[in-house]
Amino acid sequence: MELTTVWFALIAVLWAGYFLLEGFDFGVGILLPVLARDDRERRLMINTIGPVWDGNEVWLLVAGGATFAAFPEWYATLFSGFYLPLLLILVALILRGVAFEYRGKVDDDRWRRRWDACIIGGSLAPALLWGVAFGNILRGVPLDTRHEYVGGFVNLLNPYALLGGLTTLTLFTLHGAVFLALKTDGEVRHRAGRLAALLGGPVIAIAGGFLLWTGVRHGDPAGWALSGAAALALAGGVAATQFRREGWAFLATGATIVLATFALFVTLFPNVLPSSLADANSLTVTNASSTPYTLTVMTWVAVAFTPIVLAYQGWTYWVFRKRLTAEQIPAAVKESV
Amino acid sequence: MDALDLARWQFGITTVYHFIFVPITIGLSALVAGLQTAWVRTGKEHYLRATRFWGKLFLINFAMGVVTGIVQEFQFGMNWSDYSRFVGDVFGAPLAIEGLLAFFLESTFLGLWIFGWDRLPKKLHLATIWLASIGTLLSAYFILAANSWMQHPVGYTVNPDSGRAELTSIWAVLTNSTTLVTFPHTITACFLTAGALLLAVSAWHLRKGNQEEVFRPGLRLGAWVVLIAGVGVLITGDLQARIMTEQQPMKMAAAEALYQTSEPASFSLFTIGSLDGREEVASVRIPSLLSFMATGSPGGEVEGIDNLQAEYAQRYGEGDYVPYVPVTYWSFRLMIGFGALAMAIAALALWSSRKGRRPANRWLWIAAIATVGMPLLANSFGWIFTEMGRQPWTVFGVFKTAESVSPTVSAGEVATSLIVLTLLYGVLAVIEIGLFLRYARAGAPEIETPSDDPDRPLAFAY
Repeated sequence: MELTTVWFALIAVLWAGYFLLEGFDFGVGILLPVLARDDRERRLMINTIGPVWDGNEVWLLVAGGATFAAFPEWYATLFSGFYLPLLLILVALILRGVAFEYRGKVDDDRWRRRWDACIIGGSLAPALLWGVAFGNILRGVPLDTRHEYVGGFVNLLNPYALLGGLTTLTLFTLHGAVFLALKTDGEVRHRAGRLAALLGGPVIAIAGGFLLWTGVRHGDPAGWALSGAAALALAGGVAATQFRREGWAFLATGATIVLATFALFVTLFPNVLPSSLADANSLTVTNASSTPYTLTVMTWVAVAFTPIVLAYQGWTYWVFRKRLTAEQIPAAVKESV
Repeated sequence: MDALDLARWQFGITTVYHFIFVPITIGLSALVAGLQTAWVRTGKEHYLRATRFWGKLFLINFAMGVVTGIVQEFQFGMNWSDYSRFVGDVFGAPLAIEGLLAFFLESTFLGLWIFGWDRLPKKLHLATIWLASIGTLLSAYFILAANSWMQHPVGYTVNPDSGRAELTSIWAVLTNSTTLVTFPHTITACFLTAGALLLAVSAWHLRKGNQEEVFRPGLRLGAWVVLIAGVGVLITGDLQARIMTEQQPMKMAAAEALYQTSEPASFSLFTIGSLDGREEVASVRIPSLLSFMATGSPGGEVEGIDNLQAEYAQRYGEGDYVPYVPVTYWSFRLMIGFGALAMAIAALALWSSRKGRRPANRWLWIAAIATVGMPLLANSFGWIFTEMGRQPWTVFGVFKTAESVSPTVSAGEVATSLIVLTLLYGVLAVIEIGLFLRYARAGAPEIETPSDDPDRPLAFAY
């Protein structure tokens, strides 16, 4: 296999990992005002992702870094082209990250409510915008002969991409609800399970619609196959939520996210950013890539260290595997305690 | 202002801001790990209380370092896409490696450390903070390797067909002589910064007679760290100056506003005159010092700005190759000055608190508390100097800043981003400082014995 293909696949894996992991983080944030009735329950929800959200977000940073290293032209065009949406994502991720750390540090209702708003908005915006971004990548954007984006902001707001945004938003919300049902006990678990069962139908309609549209638009056989598998996994997950099989439901929504991400990347291949103006202007794995030497170096680094990273990140999930209950959440912190 | 100026302002503001939190993270993570090690080995409670106290301040600071770091990675592509196109093959590699080796390590193990107090065995829990600390050092190494490549590009060729830089030796990039001096210079400065934080916060408490058992050792430890790290900063800074003179002589000349090549060259402590230092009314000078800093010999020749400008114009074509001298001249002095001042205060604090003594002088207490800001200023001026001193280049001698900016991003878009991020950073600074002071004032916690009940409340929760 060509090294450019390997790196395209690796970047697909990084995005799939990012969506799989931060997907439920976003879902937990989005559901904060829906599933919790009081502050202790809000804290219970936040603490289910407390030890892991930061590590989960690193998948995004590594995906960005890997794109820079392996496909500089892709990184350059994508990041300068999707300027304002990325700025919004940055602001959201900044507020959200700080909110997790600072929310519990002052025992004051107004203080907590403000940070809650940051967590909710900071989870909702990226969950929507990543889908819009990927919708546009698949759809193709106006690139000139120098592979520069010449479309402006409004161009990014088209029905297909917006449906993509709605897909990630609803799918991550479902994934978050399923995660909360699995990781908590008591009232929140019950409510999360009920909500997940309720969300199932709409998510199938939206995500199914987006994958169908993608398949019809591109007609890529492997893409169809992966989309089909994602749809099956989603159906299975939704069924599992009906029967309150929490572990199975989480595995299934996780598989849905991973398979759907792979479906999008396989459909995109060998393009990395198609041009809607002329095929010759498209960025592909070949014309956007780094040199074979750089890709070789990066491959060795990835081969050597990815297993280690996966092992210790997996171990973290093992350490914090127990369900949390509202009773385990300590009283609001005093600075001196 | 056009998109280029705005993008430069944004890079300057976001980078200086990010680097307020980074050195505290790097230095304090190791100091907290050291204190926790002392507790695990001796079982003395005051070490545990110190670990918890400094650990809390560390975490308040760490959150800001993390979130402002995301901006750093994104803005290369957003504002500097032509730079990214040109250097991606070389510059992207250390960035990606930094993510895979360092970011995962620090974030994962810090999560384990924060939430693992009552869930991990004592020694394993101790290992998590050390691993997080190692992660911060690795991160520093790779990002400094990337920056050093901009100062002194090695291990690459420019492909004449694509016009882009291509990596020929990753080993050369990772062992760049510039990296090898910049890394220890930066890391010792990080420890100086963290030491000053310990010194200042401890002094604030000791002055009021609070928790002597925690803050007296804190003051002494902080002051020693400032002194020892400060000596390291001086030695590595001296090595760096010599390498800089070799690799970027214009930066050294701009550091002194030295227009004519001189042998020997004197170093001015300060100058009163025109802003760019060309006309001088009065100055305080130390003879031969610049020669010594630049070449290691008091009689060495130091090239001047005018000579270098003529030389560069010949080599690289017509153009202005002189950095903005008022900034390079003063930032260089302020960097050294604030670092040295912090060291002097630390030495005084050590002397006047020797053998259980308590400093009586009110001004010494105030100075010790004020030390907290000095290394932060020194760090900022250091980066402003080294980045502004490289201008007009992004990659010295190879690629110019004016060619680096994103061609399709409008001035309006960059202005939006600059305003949004600056306002956001401003608000967050107020919140962060408020929280930091609140927790610093609260002092070290009392230790409660944890229960063995499996459903006990978490030792730590958001």
